[in-house]
Amino acid sequence: MATIILLAPLVGALICGFGWRILGERAGQIIATALVFLAAVLSWVIFLTFDGETYKVVLMRWIESGSMGSEWAIRVDRLTAIMLVVVNSVSALVHLYSFGYMAHDENWRDDEPYRARFFAYLSFFTFSMLMLVTSDNLVQMFFGWEGVGVASYLLIGFYYKKPSANAAAIKAFVVNRVGDFGFALGIFALFYLTDSIRFDDVFAAAPTLAETNLTFLWGEWNAANLIGVLLFIGAMGKSAQLLLHTWLPDAMEGPTPVSALIHAATMVTAGVFLVCRMSPVYEFAPQALAFITVLGATTAFFAATVGLVQNDIKRVIAYSTCSQLGYMFVAAGVGVYSVAMFHLFTHAFFKAMLFLGAGSVIHATHHEQDMRYYGGLRKKIPVTFWAMMIGTLAITGVGIPLTHYGFAGFLSKDAVIESAYVGSQYAFWLLVVAAGFTSFYSWRLMFLTFYGESRAKAHGHGHHGHDDHGHGHDDHGHGHGDHEPHESPKVMLIPLGVLALGAVFSGMIWYNVFFGDEGKVRGWFGLPVAEQSAEAAHGEGEAHATAEGEGHAATTATEGEGHGEGEKAHAFPQPVPGQGAIFIGPENHVLHEAHLVPKWVKVSPFVAMVLGFLLAYQFYIRRPDLPGKLAEQQRPLYLFLLNKWYFDELYDWIFVRPAKWLGGFLWKKGDGAVIDGTINGVAMGIIPFFTRLASRAQSGYLFHYAFAMVLGIAALITWMTLSGGAH
Amino acid sequence: MENLLSIITFIPAVAAAILALFLRGEDAAAQRNAKWLALLATTATFLVSLFVLFGFDPNDTGFQFVEEYDWILGLQYKMGVDGISILFVMLTTFLMPITIAACWEVQTRVKEYMIAFLLLETLMLGVFCALDLVLFYLFFEAGLIPMFLIIGIWGGKERIYAAFKFFLYTFLGSVLMLVAMIAMYMDAGTTDIPSLLAHNFGSEDMQVLGIHIVGGLQTLLWLAFFASFAVKMPMWPVHTWLPDAHVQAPTAGSVVLAAILLKMGGYGFLRFSLPMFPVASDLLAPLVLWMSAIAIVYTSLVALAQQDMKKLIAYSSVAHMGYVTMGIFSANQQGIDGAIFQMISHGFISGALFLCVGVIYDRMHTRDIDAYGGLVNRMPAYALIFMFFTMANVGLPGTSGFVGEFLTLMGVFQVNTWVAAVATTGVILSAAYALWLYRRVVMGELVKEALKSITDMTRRERAIFAPLVAMTLILGVYPSLVTDIIGPSVGALISDYQAALPVVDGTQLAEH
Repeated sequence: MATIILLAPLVGALICGFGWRILGERAGQIIATALVFLAAVLSWVIFLTFDGETYKVVLMRWIESGSMGSEWAIRVDRLTAIMLVVVNSVSALVHLYSFGYMAHDENWRDDEPYRARFFAYLSFFTFSMLMLVTSDNLVQMFFGWEGVGVASYLLIGFYYKKPSANAAAIKAFVVNRVGDFGFALGIFALFYLTDSIRFDDVFAAAPTLAETNLTFLWGEWNAANLIGVLLFIGAMGKSAQLLLHTWLPDAMEGPTPVSALIHAATMVTAGVFLVCRMSPVYEFAPQALAFITVLGATTAFFAATVGLVQNDIKRVIAYSTCSQLGYMFVAAGVGVYSVAMFHLFTHAFFKAMLFLGAGSVIHATHHEQDMRYYGGLRKKIPVTFWAMMIGTLAITGVGIPLTHYGFAGFLSKDAVIESAYVGSQYAFWLLVVAAGFTSFYSWRLMFLTFYGESRAKAHGHGHHGHDDHGHGHDDHGHGHGDHEPHESPKVMLIPLGVLALGAVFSGMIWYNVFFGDEGKVRGWFGLPVAEQSAEAAHGEGEAHATAEGEGHAATTATEGEGHGEGEKAHAFPQPVPGQGAIFIGPENHVLHEAHLVPKWVKVSPFVAMVLGFLLAYQFYIRRPDLPGKLAEQQRPLYLFLLNKWYFDELYDWIFVRPAKWLGGFLWKKGDGAVIDGTINGVAMGIIPFFTRLASRAQSGYLFHYAFAMVLGIAALITWMTLSGGAH
Repeated sequence: MENLLSIITFIPAVAAAILALFLRGEDAAAQRNAKWLALLATTATFLVSLFVLFGFDPNDTGFQFVEEYDWILGLQYKMGVDGISILFVMLTTFLMPITIAACWEVQTRVKEYMIAFLLLETLMLGVFCALDLVLFYLFFEAGLIPMFLIIGIWGGKERIYAAFKFFLYTFLGSVLMLVAMIAMYMDAGTTDIPSLLAHNFGSEDMQVLGIHIVGGLQTLLWLAFFASFAVKMPMWPVHTWLPDAHVQAPTAGSVVLAAILLKMGGYGFLRFSLPMFPVASDLLAPLVLWMSAIAIVYTSLVALAQQDMKKLIAYSSVAHMGYVTMGIFSANQQGIDGAIFQMISHGFISGALFLCVGVIYDRMHTRDIDAYGGLVNRMPAYALIFMFFTMANVGLPGTSGFVGEFLTLMGVFQVNTWVAAVATTGVILSAAYALWLYRRVVMGELVKEALKSITDMTRRERAIFAPLVAMTLILGVYPSLVTDIIGPSVGALISDYQAALPVVDGTQLAEH
């Protein structure tokens, strides 16, 4: 079954991509979509019936060289099962949605086929992503990793006639490659130390990595920490974390369904998945985890601040994604991988929904993306409005405080924040503030788009594809006739409805197994759970625990909030690294302690959310003149945020320009002046000498050459003859 | 069938002789006949070479299909292949029919053109099969003559300059290699390569003209061979002849140059430098590793600055050859497996990329990147194929380009993490220059008047690319096809190499 799930999208991509000329575009689209739906249904079957026991399907040999071996294989465990559901569900819905969204596109002439190509790319992306999440070794993961990168490149640059889309596509690919640079070095280091890149071997060797030192570049490093950081650099690229985040907002150049699938729900979460997948290594790499926590928290905060002031509806959501990914990394960084996956899981639903909703808005307003030209759309596109409302309620984390009733984001985000409180105060405070910002920008988006008066420009963009925005007068009146915003077709609304279910219920349904009772979480992720008495369990734990692990466990127990609680955490037998889908180290009690945080901690994200909402309400409903005034008053800060902390400018200045300049310099000066100069200089001394020797044959140099060779051979043979042909 | 290697080596030469002796006239019919005969001969060579491939036993690490005859002047004619050379033979026989098909539209001096390529094939096959030093030298050096002619007669405007540069670079290396060969003969008393492989060349330090030479004779010999192979490869900083040669060469010439001729250097390192002079190799490996790392970064940066498509791809070739030398001198299984794999894979990919340039050059007669833009609008099939090979060139997993890059980097990481880190930045830079090239040529609106009537690839052109696409994909998805064949021989090479090093195992490990 897993094999069918994996290959169905590939088959779909191939049939759709190459077969549409024979089958017709529509048939190609339908086949691709049907195959992804098949994969989605089977994924749910696996997800719901999976018993936690890891199993593998080996498909074929792959790269083998000496002691290094890898195969094309499928590894099914809880992490994979979760990702299968996320990837295939969102992908299937996005395929469906695209029927409507891509039906007419003013970027293309009527005779240009583009739909089949779009669907083929989507299916190819899905296949690559599945390769990534089902891999049983690091190289296959790298295959998927790069595969999704290419799919992303192709889809961001889908409107290949637009220079901005092409630039964004290249940027995405190259920035991701910077991440891959770290990822690849991490793989090399792992292979060097463990002589394998298969997960099972790597995980089994993880405890020894913690005690190994590796000389890398200028220093000696603890192997586990070094590898952890290197792999995380890969994750930073893919998941758009700070420093390597610059590609994600630009990626919004792609069609909106792409943003929903790739740049919200699936591909960008690959980094989080990687960290969770490698949890057996990370559990032995405390410094790497600390780094992840700090970077994740900082990204969550940074992206939220930028999101506050953006005007492009898709960019707001893009920064929001960036920020939410930071939350996930914090959860992973403090060692509660299950919560990271929880937020990944719920986020996929509500963020895909927000994007598809935004797509519906864009579709309705004839490809207007600037929120300043929206307003008052609530009545005109009610279904989209309600979908966006549910998405907003979910992302801002609305729920009943201190209970487990609420929208999906309420449960998962609060779980992250509570875990952060245990693991890192820095992360905790930044995340709470970011939660407030999240609420503000999300409501700002809602208010600007759906409330107030329409600020639409009074002429149709829809039917004159290349109308420049500058031509329009800012007429606050309504559009005319067929330029009136219109609700999207059913084929676009159904996916919204399905995702809405996820955004509302996915948190409540799966709360327990991701973050609820610790025993359930461990059991669900395939870790051993104590059935026996605490005494026996402790004994078993001892058997597996490494020496220093026990030492740490003892300290944690005494430092813990309550001694008794600390003891209770030990009631679970210590798993062997590699057992189950994630690994929880012997001294890692964050999951347990996260449930014991003070009440004010549990309420704090809710308070931040309410404050954010009130502020947005004040700014955009009651006093719409305030934002402008504030921006005027705090102009430097406003510009700083609007220009995304000037990262793009900085990078252009530090990396892009010097690289181009250096390229030109090395070419003209290095190759030209120095190398050729030297060699030609030397040659000018030698060549005339030979020219004098040789006659002026037409192909002079060739003749010199042949002459020299014959001379050489003659010399060689003479020598051999003279020396008597060997001893 | 014991003369199989000689048969495949000389089929093209015989065909060339037939063309030279019996084909008369310059009319269309004669041209067609010449092309068909050349295609037939190269295809036959390929088919016969399949017998070698299928008859080859990978687990036997010695030479197979060995033939040995007395020759003139007491010299030996000896041929044979092992796991290291057989795939180069296959690469050559596989690519030559494609090359011939690629020059189907040539109009001037067709007969001579075909003869040049056929002779070239014989000489290249000879290089990879020769098991005698003198024979190797003959093939190795003579192979340049047809290449010179191809550039010099059918090349671009500045072909003389390019040929001149080529000559300058190669000349010094050849002389030194010849001297080294004489020295080897003096020392070992034989020119038989298998015997030389078993011979221990002295590695005690010595004084030459008052200069203290660590590693003694081995170091001197190593350096002499290095001078020749490094130019062939080409390695930084003796790479500057390659871009000029490529730019001036006709498309088919570029394909052969990039896909096969460059591999002679790598093959030379594996056949001579590493196994015959292990002490010197070990001593000088850091130098080579650093030269390779610099090559990768340097030429990738230079590629970024290019305006000429062929130059860009030529520089990219130099960068990719950097991975090869790096892998070889990592002297471990992953490194050398990767290096050989990279050479094979680069044969398909760079060949295809030069063909891609050729496709539009044939239509527009310019290689200037700025003259293009928006080709996808009129040439969707071309856009697809060019994209495929661009991605293969940047080492996308699933294409053969990835396997070689990945293995060589993995190999060098075990030896020197600095070099590995520097070289790995190549994956970033290669993505940058390759995608930027693609964007400028293929993407965007089609606005240039001259391009408005450009036509997509013809049936013939598609047929040329088909086998290259297939090989790139097959080797990317199932690289065991290659590694199974080379693995045992490489393993033997490495264990001999390690055994020849004077008790370094302890110190080597301590370096990490």
